[in-house]
Amino acid sequence: MRRLSYRQALREAFDEELARDPMVMLMGEEVAQYNGAYKVTEGLWTKWGDKRVMDTPISEAGFIGMGVGASMLGVRPVMELMFWSFYTVAWDQIINNAGMVRYMSGGLINCPIVIRGPANSGTNVGATHSHTPESVIAQFPGMKCVVPATAYDAKGLMKAAIRDNDPVMFMENTLLYGEEWDVPDNSELPGGELVIPLGVADIKREGSDLTLVCHGRAVLTCLKAAEILQNEHGISAEVVDLRSIRPLDEETIFNSVRKTHRLICVDENKPFGSIGSQIAAMVQQHCFDDLDAPVLRVNSLDAPAFYSPPIEKIQNPTPEVVVARALEIC
Amino acid sequence: MSAPITSKPVKHADAAINKSLSVEKKRALYRDLCRIRRFEQISLKYYNAGKMGGFLHLYIGQEAVAVGCVSLMGENDHIITAYRDHGHALAVGMDMNACMAELFGKRTGCSKGKGGSMHYFAPDKNYWGGHGIVAGQTPLGTGLAFGLKYKGLKGAAMAFLGDGAVNQGSFHESLNLAALFELPIVFIIENNGYSMGTSQKRSSAYPSCLAERAVGYGMAWKQLNGEDLYEVRAGVHDALERARNEHKPMLLEISTYRYQGHSVADANKFKYRTKEEVERYEREHDPVGIFKAHLLRDGTLDEAAATAIDQAAITEAEAAAQFATQSAFPEPAEIFDDVYWEVDQKTESGQTGRHFFND
Ligand SMILES: Cc1ncc(C[n+]2csc(CCOP(=O)(O)OP(=O)(O)O)c2C)c(N)n1
Ligand SMILES: [Mg+2]
Repeated sequence: MRRLSYRQALREAFDEELARDPMVMLMGEEVAQYNGAYKVTEGLWTKWGDKRVMDTPISEAGFIGMGVGASMLGVRPVMELMFWSFYTVAWDQIINNAGMVRYMSGGLINCPIVIRGPANSGTNVGATHSHTPESVIAQFPGMKCVVPATAYDAKGLMKAAIRDNDPVMFMENTLLYGEEWDVPDNSELPGGELVIPLGVADIKREGSDLTLVCHGRAVLTCLKAAEILQNEHGISAEVVDLRSIRPLDEETIFNSVRKTHRLICVDENKPFGSIGSQIAAMVQQHCFDDLDAPVLRVNSLDAPAFYSPPIEKIQNPTPEVVVARALEIC
Repeated sequence: MSAPITSKPVKHADAAINKSLSVEKKRALYRDLCRIRRFEQISLKYYNAGKMGGFLHLYIGQEAVAVGCVSLMGENDHIITAYRDHGHALAVGMDMNACMAELFGKRTGCSKGKGGSMHYFAPDKNYWGGHGIVAGQTPLGTGLAFGLKYKGLKGAAMAFLGDGAVNQGSFHESLNLAALFELPIVFIIENNGYSMGTSQKRSSAYPSCLAERAVGYGMAWKQLNGEDLYEVRAGVHDALERARNEHKPMLLEISTYRYQGHSVADANKFKYRTKEEVERYEREHDPVGIFKAHLLRDGTLDEAAATAIDQAAITEAEAAAQFATQSAFPEPAEIFDDVYWEVDQKTESGQTGRHFFND
């Protein structure tokens, strides 16, 4: 098995999809000649040329809208937001146009577009560059939203997102781009390629006493917390990585809770209306009799992202906080 | 026709694109003008009778713009506009019954009752809406042009917007992208003088006209008089040819006027402009009357033929209202259709994971 970084895995997904379908193209600020602000698209312009890998001006409303319009005609643009934080200036195009055009046209038009880029805090760039909009995006029926935690998932989910015929908002993480994971070569795979369907969660660690539901970088936080819980407290935590927020794999969550009877939702959203809030609502309704303790949430502390490095570090969920909350209910 | 006939001559009858029109085609243009006007007058009647919800932005007074532009469309030409979209819809050939039923909120409507007046679409006729957010359609139009060029098709997009929409950032971003990427698109400002209750002078800073803003993007521009269908056709034809052949965008500003309030629910329709101003336009600049007078003069129509065309439009619009009245409202279960393609098509992806979150 090869080791591949999260960014290399994404790059492989793009390269394979560019080769598979001539309608697939990449665009965004600095994605082509500069090789990507985070080097995710490195080398692809050299290989695929101006038509398939295209730089845009700093004009998010304009170029995201342009991509949406092109997708209505059957082009399949994969659009980079240099930071997902910049969604605010393209919001109308993303929500009203990509998200609503199918519905308002009574199903006559669809929009097979992927909008992608890093969506995380924790890099000391201040509040404007540290948004985690998955809970905001998932608010909108018509949208799909994917947040991979590992290189393996990043590659497989990106390929599925590009093939999907609905708008998929794909949220990466600058703190994960360099992390290396096992990613099989296509020749090692039965189907000859890695495609992970949207809407299927993944149990990243099995356990019996407590379920930690998480996504994105919080998955790594939870894996560390589970390790500590096991080694220091004899508590066996199961880590459920959602991978896809909308569609959502509720069965895997419910089955885990029915086994462990305890749930903590961990994510890097702000608490109000976080992904964890949605899951807590679903679990209390569907697994009421299975629960032995209240459902807890661990979120990013409820203030805009703090710049100062040591303070920002504690603003996001840490393994220590997850462990402490777990001990409250175990 | 209720619109008065003015004796004002049309100016561009000799332009090649107009000279080549057959008698049948000229009658068809007149028919399109009448159908749009009658459709809207009759929809207004039913709106006032409480048959519709929400907004109804009428295009009455502006018809020659949509009819003129759409009459130039070829197989690979596409259009997109804002919420004042009925005229463009009928001009591209959308079914009047389906358009009327949409206003009534019926399942037989062009968007199955999901879009309403502001959101008509007919992708099979290269009509991409119908958009409610001021200027939000202009990046999409830019994308249509991008898509044409990407696919190697020879064609052009026309993106319509109002004189108020020119102050939105998304429009300026679109101008820049279109010029930068050399996209085959014609942006068409339908300048009716007002954005809701705000006159052009109170909303825009400009040297001589709005279209001149194109200069900042190195883009060609031109002003046209929208009361004259032939002038619209002549000017837009040139812009389209340039877009199709040279991949050069252009910005056109077509002066026009709306007779009704901004929407039917315009409480101030005689506060920001005078009744006299509206009446003068109807009397002296009516695009339907001007074109009719021309066709009477050049022998395409006689009074009886003109009346027959207009009468047929009234009959068709009334029949559409009957169709709409008799059609059923959507079923509550239809709320969840047309949200996701994959779900509607029952693909594996559409059946994996939970897509809707009702308790
Ligand atoms: C972003 C946005 N702001 C405000 C509105 C409300 N609104 C709808 S139409 C309109 C006036 C637009 O005028 P103009 O662009 O001249 O077009 P016209 O109505 O004259 O066709 C306003 C303010 C809106 N729909 N979208
Ligand atoms: Mg206006």
